[in-house]
Amino acid sequence: MGLKKWLDRWPVYRQLTSADPLGRGAASQSARSAERTPRTSDADRVVKSICPYCAVGCGQDVYVRNGEVTQIEGDPDSPISRGRLCPKGAASEQLVNSPSRVTTVHYRRPYGTQWEELDLDTALDMIADRVIDTRRRTWQDTDEEGRYLNRTMGISHLGGATLDNEENYLIKKLYTALGAIQIENQARI
Amino acid sequence: MAECHPVGFQWVMEAKQRGAAVFHVDPRFTRTSALADAHVPLRAGTDIAFLGGLVNYVLQNELDFRDYVLEYTNAAAIVDERFRDTEDLDGLFSGYDPETGSYDPVSWAYADATAAAAAGHRDMPKDGHAGSASLAASPERAGAGGPAVSAKPHQDRTLQDSRCVYQILKRHYARYTPEMVERVCGIPQEMFRKVAEAVTSSSGRDRTTAWVYSVGWTQHTVGVQYIRTAAILQLLLGNVGRPGGGILALRGHASIQGSTDIPTLFNLLPGYIPMPHAHHDENLDSFVEDDAGATGFWGNMKAYAVSLLKAWWGDAATEDNDFCFGYLPRLSGDHGTYRTVLDQIAGDVKGYFVIGENPAVGSANSRLQRLGLANLEWLVVRDLQMIETATFWNNAPELETGELVTEQIPTEVFFLPAASHTEKDGTFTNTQRLLQWHHKAVEPQGDQRSDLWFYYHLGRRIREKLAGSTDPRDRPVLDLTWEYPTEGEVGEPSAEAVLREINGVGPDSSALSAFTELADDGSTACGCWIYCGCFTDEVNQPARRKPGSEQSWVAPEWAWSWPANRRILYNRASADADGRPWSARKAYVWWDATEERWTGHDVPDFEVTKPPDYEPEPNARAQDALSGTDAFVMQTDGKAWLYVPTGLLDGPLPTHYEPQESPFTNLIYGQQVNPVRHVYRHPANRYHPMPTERGVDVFPYVFTTYRLTEHHTAGGMSRFLPYLSELQPAFFCEVSPELAAQRGLEHGGWATIITARTAVEARVLVTDRMRAVQVQDRTVHQVGIPYHWGPNGLSTGDAGNELLSAALDPNVHIQESKAATCDVLPGRRPRGPDLEELVRDYRARAGITEDTGITTGRVGTEGTASE
Amino acid sequence: MSNQLYGPVDDVAQQAGYEPDHPPRMGFLTDTSVCIGCKACEVACKEWNGVPGTELDLLGTSYDNTGDLGANTWRHVAFVEQAKPRRELVDLGMPAMGPPGGQEAEQPDQDLRWLMMSDVCKHCTHAACLDVCPTGSLFRTEYGTVVVQEDICNGCGYCVPACPYGVLDVRPGDGRAWKCTLCYDRLSDGMEPACAKACPTDSIQFGPVEELRERGQQRVEELRAAGIDEAQLYGADPGDGVGGDGCFFLLLDEPEVYGLPPDPIVTTRDLPSMWKHAAAAAATVAATAVAAFVGSRR
Repeated sequence: MGLKKWLDRWPVYRQLTSADPLGRGAASQSARSAERTPRTSDADRVVKSICPYCAVGCGQDVYVRNGEVTQIEGDPDSPISRGRLCPKGAASEQLVNSPSRVTTVHYRRPYGTQWEELDLDTALDMIADRVIDTRRRTWQDTDEEGRYLNRTMGISHLGGATLDNEENYLIKKLYTALGAIQIENQARI
Repeated sequence: MAECHPVGFQWVMEAKQRGAAVFHVDPRFTRTSALADAHVPLRAGTDIAFLGGLVNYVLQNELDFRDYVLEYTNAAAIVDERFRDTEDLDGLFSGYDPETGSYDPVSWAYADATAAAAAGHRDMPKDGHAGSASLAASPERAGAGGPAVSAKPHQDRTLQDSRCVYQILKRHYARYTPEMVERVCGIPQEMFRKVAEAVTSSSGRDRTTAWVYSVGWTQHTVGVQYIRTAAILQLLLGNVGRPGGGILALRGHASIQGSTDIPTLFNLLPGYIPMPHAHHDENLDSFVEDDAGATGFWGNMKAYAVSLLKAWWGDAATEDNDFCFGYLPRLSGDHGTYRTVLDQIAGDVKGYFVIGENPAVGSANSRLQRLGLANLEWLVVRDLQMIETATFWNNAPELETGELVTEQIPTEVFFLPAASHTEKDGTFTNTQRLLQWHHKAVEPQGDQRSDLWFYYHLGRRIREKLAGSTDPRDRPVLDLTWEYPTEGEVGEPSAEAVLREINGVGPDSSALSAFTELADDGSTACGCWIYCGCFTDEVNQPARRKPGSEQSWVAPEWAWSWPANRRILYNRASADADGRPWSARKAYVWWDATEERWTGHDVPDFEVTKPPDYEPEPNARAQDALSGTDAFVMQTDGKAWLYVPTGLLDGPLPTHYEPQESPFTNLIYGQQVNPVRHVYRHPANRYHPMPTERGVDVFPYVFTTYRLTEHHTAGGMSRFLPYLSELQPAFFCEVSPELAAQRGLEHGGWATIITARTAVEARVLVTDRMRAVQVQDRTVHQVGIPYHWGPNGLSTGDAGNELLSAALDPNVHIQESKAATCDVLPGRRPRGPDLEELVRDYRARAGITEDTGITTGRVGTEGTASE
Repeated sequence: MSNQLYGPVDDVAQQAGYEPDHPPRMGFLTDTSVCIGCKACEVACKEWNGVPGTELDLLGTSYDNTGDLGANTWRHVAFVEQAKPRRELVDLGMPAMGPPGGQEAEQPDQDLRWLMMSDVCKHCTHAACLDVCPTGSLFRTEYGTVVVQEDICNGCGYCVPACPYGVLDVRPGDGRAWKCTLCYDRLSDGMEPACAKACPTDSIQFGPVEELRERGQQRVEELRAAGIDEAQLYGADPGDGVGGDGCFFLLLDEPEVYGLPPDPIVTTRDLPSMWKHAAAAAATVAATAVAAFVGSRR
C-alpha cells in the first residue's frame, strides 16, 4: 500500500484535502457504504411469479440465492400491477420465509392431548386407508326410492382459494371418481 | 376497493385523474370512501332498494340507451300471461309454494318458450317437467350452465305491450322512488339524485359507467339478486360488453375465480357444467337436454361434457358406455359447506379435508364449524401455518366454556405442511379471468409439499390399494387417467402436464387451441372447456409475460384469459347492430365489411365471420341459431336478460327483502325476507326475532363484517407475519360516537358484542367514519366488525364470524355475513361457563326458540325453512 | 462556499465534496391526495431493509398503529379523521387534533374526510443530524441524501435531538441510530427505493428533486383549480428553515394536522454565531486569564 492510499483511508486526511472540508459527504463515506450493493444484484436468478393474496393478480419478481428466496417485489412488466404491491404482497418474502411455518407432519390421535410426530409417507398411507374405509362404510348405490346415487356422503372437503387451478383440477377429479360430493371451496363463502 | 384491492385501485385513481367521478356506496367510510368523490352511506342489506331506485330513475325518465336495449337485451320479449309480479302479490312472485318454501317458476317463462321447452322434453321418460320447472327439484344446479329456454320469444319492439319485459320492469320498480330509497336505505334524496345523475349522464354511446362489487353484495340471503339489479341497470344504460363498462367482481383470493371455473364446489363440474342429479339425469343425453338449451354456445354442452369424461376416464370412456357418465356421483339436494357441517355434527360425515382454509374462525357461525370438527373420525388440514382449524381440539373457545373436553374429542387430526406459491408451479386465475402462471423458485422444506403433490400421490396410493378390486364402485377410481410425469426427489407431478390436460387434446393427441374444436363423439378430451386454448400450439399461454409497455392497452399477450383469450366478455355489444362502434371513443370490437370479419382491440366474442345481418335458419342449433345481433352468445336467445325467465330460484326480478336479521320491517312489500332463502334449524344456529316479533329490541344494532387492507381473510397468511400483524395488532370493532355514548363504550377500551350464537370481545374504535343512518324515520346504529382474528398467530383476538348465523342465498348457498343484528356492551366478555350464561340470558330475553326467524314476516302464513 | 449551514443550496452533493459529475439529487414527492393509506410503503421498507418488527399495540389513532417514525419505522402512514372543509368558507381555521370521534361529534352534519400521509425522513438540505454527528456516521451521499452508516455509528445519540422532524431514533438493544436511507443500496444499482416501487397509487414518487418539485407544484395547481384550496407543498421551498427538503409532501391541510412541524428550522442554524460567541467568550476568558496571570506577576 502506497503512502497516498494509506493516507486516503484516514477520514481526517480525506476531509482536509478533499472538496469536503466539513467532512459531511465524500470524505465520510465508509468502506461499507462505498461497496454497498443491493441484495438483489447477486441473485442467482429472478423467478416470475404472481402474488398469492387477493385476486388482482399482481406480478412478482422472486429473487433467489443459494436456493433461498431473498426478496420478492413487484414485476414492472405486469400490465395489471405495473410493479406495485400492497402491504400483503410486499410481505410475501416474510410469508414464504416465515419461521413459524410448519415443516413437519403433526398427528393428533383420537382423544389425544398433544401433537405427535409422524412420517409423511406413513401419514399419506393412513389417510389413503381412511378414505378407502370411510368410502366403503358410507357408500350409497341408490336412494330409498331406488334412484341412482353412486356416491359416499362420508367424506367432505373445504379448500381455500389460493390453490392453483391444476391442484383444484386433481382434487375435483379424484373426489368425483371416489364418489365424494361434499367438495366445497372458499368460493362458496 | 382501496381497502382490499389496493393495487387494482391504481386504475380508479387514474380514471379519477382523467375526470371520472367515483362514488363509494358502503355502510362504512373506508379508505375507498376517503378517495372517492362522494361516499354514499347506506344501511347494510338494502342495496337492492338503492339499485332498484336507480333502475326506476332510468325507466321513469326514459334515460335508457334504447338502441342497445332493443338490440341486445330481452326488453321486448313477451312474458307468459300467468306471470304475477311482486306488485300483484305483495312481495311474492307467482308459483310460490308455502309448504316447500320454493317457487315453481313455470309461469315466469317467456310466453312462447314454455311450450317450446315442454315440446323439447315431450318424449322424456319422466313426469312432464318443463326445462325450467326442473330447477325447483334441483336448485343446486341453478347458475350452472345456461338455463334452458328454447326458441326465441315473441317480441314487441315498440316496448308498449303490457306483458313485455320493459313494461313489467317499469311496473316492478315504480315503487323504488327516491323517497323510498331514503326511507329504506337511509340515503338522503339529494345524495341519491346526485348518484343517479352521474350514472346516467356517464352512460351512452360515448361514455360508460362501471360498477365494482365484492362480497358486500354477495354475502346476503338475496346476494345473487343484488348482482342482478346491477346487471339490469348496466344493461339499460348499455354498459355491458364495452370498454369502461361492466359489473366487476373484485374477488378476494388469488385463484378464487379459478376455484369456480375448475370448481371444488359440490354442484359444478369444470367449466360450469352442472353435477348430475339423482332425480333425473339418468344418462348423458337427458343430462344435456335438461341442463342446456339447444341454442347458443351451451347448445354444444354435450361436446364439453364428453370431452371432460374423456379427459378423466380416457380409453375407458366410450360411446357404448355413455362415456362413463354413470361413473359420476349424483346429487340429491343441498350439499353445500354449511349443510355439510350440520351433517358432521350429526355424525353422518366421517372425514374432512381442509386445504388452505380456516373454517374454525373463517366461516360464519364459527362455533358451528368447530362442533363439526369435534365430531369427525378424521380430519386432514394442509396449510402453511398452524391454524385454528388444526388446533381446535387444543384451544377452541368451547374448551373454556366446558362444552368440549379435549380428552373426549374423537377426531384424529393430520396436519400436513404445505408449499407456498414460490415453491410450486401453477396458475392462478385472477378476478378478470386471467390465468397467470407462477414459476417455482425454490424447493419447499422438510415435509412441505404442494397440494398437487398431495392429491396426486394420495390418488396414486388409493389406486394401488384398490388395484385388482372387482367391486364396480371402484371402477371409476381404477379407470381414472392418473399418469402425470413427476420430477425431483419428492416426485412432484408436473403442473404443466395437468394444465395441458385441462386445455385438452384432439384425435392426434396434440393440444387443442379452441373450445370450438371440441366434439361430442369422444375424439377430443378436455378437462375444462372454457380453459381450452390455454395450451395452444403446445405453449403454456398463461406463462406469457410480454411487458405491458410493449403491447396495446388491452395487453393480449400478457398471460391468457378464458374464454379464447378474450379480455371483455360479450364484446360484440361494443358495436351497434350494424357492427359499427357506438362511438370512436368507445370503439373496441367492430365488423370490418371489407375483410368480412369482426376485428378490433380484443378477440371478438362472436363468430368471427358471422355478419351483423346474419339471420339463422328456423331449425338451427347452438351458435348457428343466433343472429348477427345476438351479442350474448351463451344465452339461448342471444339476449342479455333484464328479466330472467328461468334459472333463478327466488324470482325473475330482484326485489328488496330485509336481511334475515333486521330491526326493520320491509317497507316496500308485506313479504319481509326472501321467501326461499335457506335457513337451518339447529341449537347452535339460532336466529333473532323478526321485527314484528317480540324480543327484536334485544338486538337493536346492525352489524356488518369486513376485511382490512393489512390482513387476509381468516388470517392464515397475515396474522402470523410480524410486519402485517403490527399494522393491525388486535381485533377491534368500529362504532359511532353516538353509539359509544349510548352504550358507554370507551375509545381504546373493550366492547362485548352479543348475538344469539355467542358473544365476542373487541377493542373499541370510536369514529365518525361509522355513522348512524336515518331509516324509516328512526336512527339505526351500525357496528363494524373486521373478522380476521383467532387465537393463533401473532395478532390475536376473537373471531368476528362467531357472531353470524348460517342463513343462505338460495341460488348459491352463500351465507349472509354482511348484515345482521347484535347488542353491544362495554367491557370484556365473561370467561368460562359465564359466557354461555350471558348468551343464554339474551336468548331467553328475546324469547328465541327453534322457530324464531324461520317463519317470515307474513305472520303464520308460510313456513320457509329448508332443513 | 456559502450557506454551509443555512439558506438555499444549489448542489448539496457538490457542497459535500462530490465531483461535479455526481448524480442529481434524488428524493421523494409524497402526494397525499392519492394516498390510500394501505401501508405498502411501511412493509416494503421493512422488508427490504430488514427493519425489525415493532411491538403489537393498538394505538387507537384511527388506522395508524405505527405511531411515529423511529429506528424501527422508516415510513409511517398517518391517518387523520376530520370534518371536510366547507368549500364556501375562505378561512379554514385550524383543524384540531385529538382522538378521532371527539371533535366532530357536535357537528354531525358536516362531511367527513380521512387524510392519509406516508411520512419519511426529509433528507434536508441542511441536515443537523449530520452536522452534529461526531463520528462521521451520518453523511451526505452523492445523491444528496442523508444516510447513517451503521458500521460507523457508535450510538452517541447526538443526532436524535438535532433532527427538527423527530425522525432519528436509537434502536433499543442495538444502540445505534437508524432511519430511512432512501434505499442507498438500491440507488447504486439503478433501482428505486422499495416504498416508492410498491406504492399502489404512486402517492410516493421517487426522482430528481428538481423534477419532483416542479411536478408537485403543478399538482398543487391542478388541485386548487379543482377547488381544493388547501392543497400545499410542504418542505419543497429552498428558502425554508432547512434549506428545503429532499423529500417533500403535497398536503391537503396544514402540516401540523399531519403531525409535521409547521416551520422547521435546522437546529444548527445558529452554530456559526454560537461559535462566534463561544470564541469571543473563550477569547475573553483567555484574555482575562492572561491578564490575571500578567497581573499576578505584577
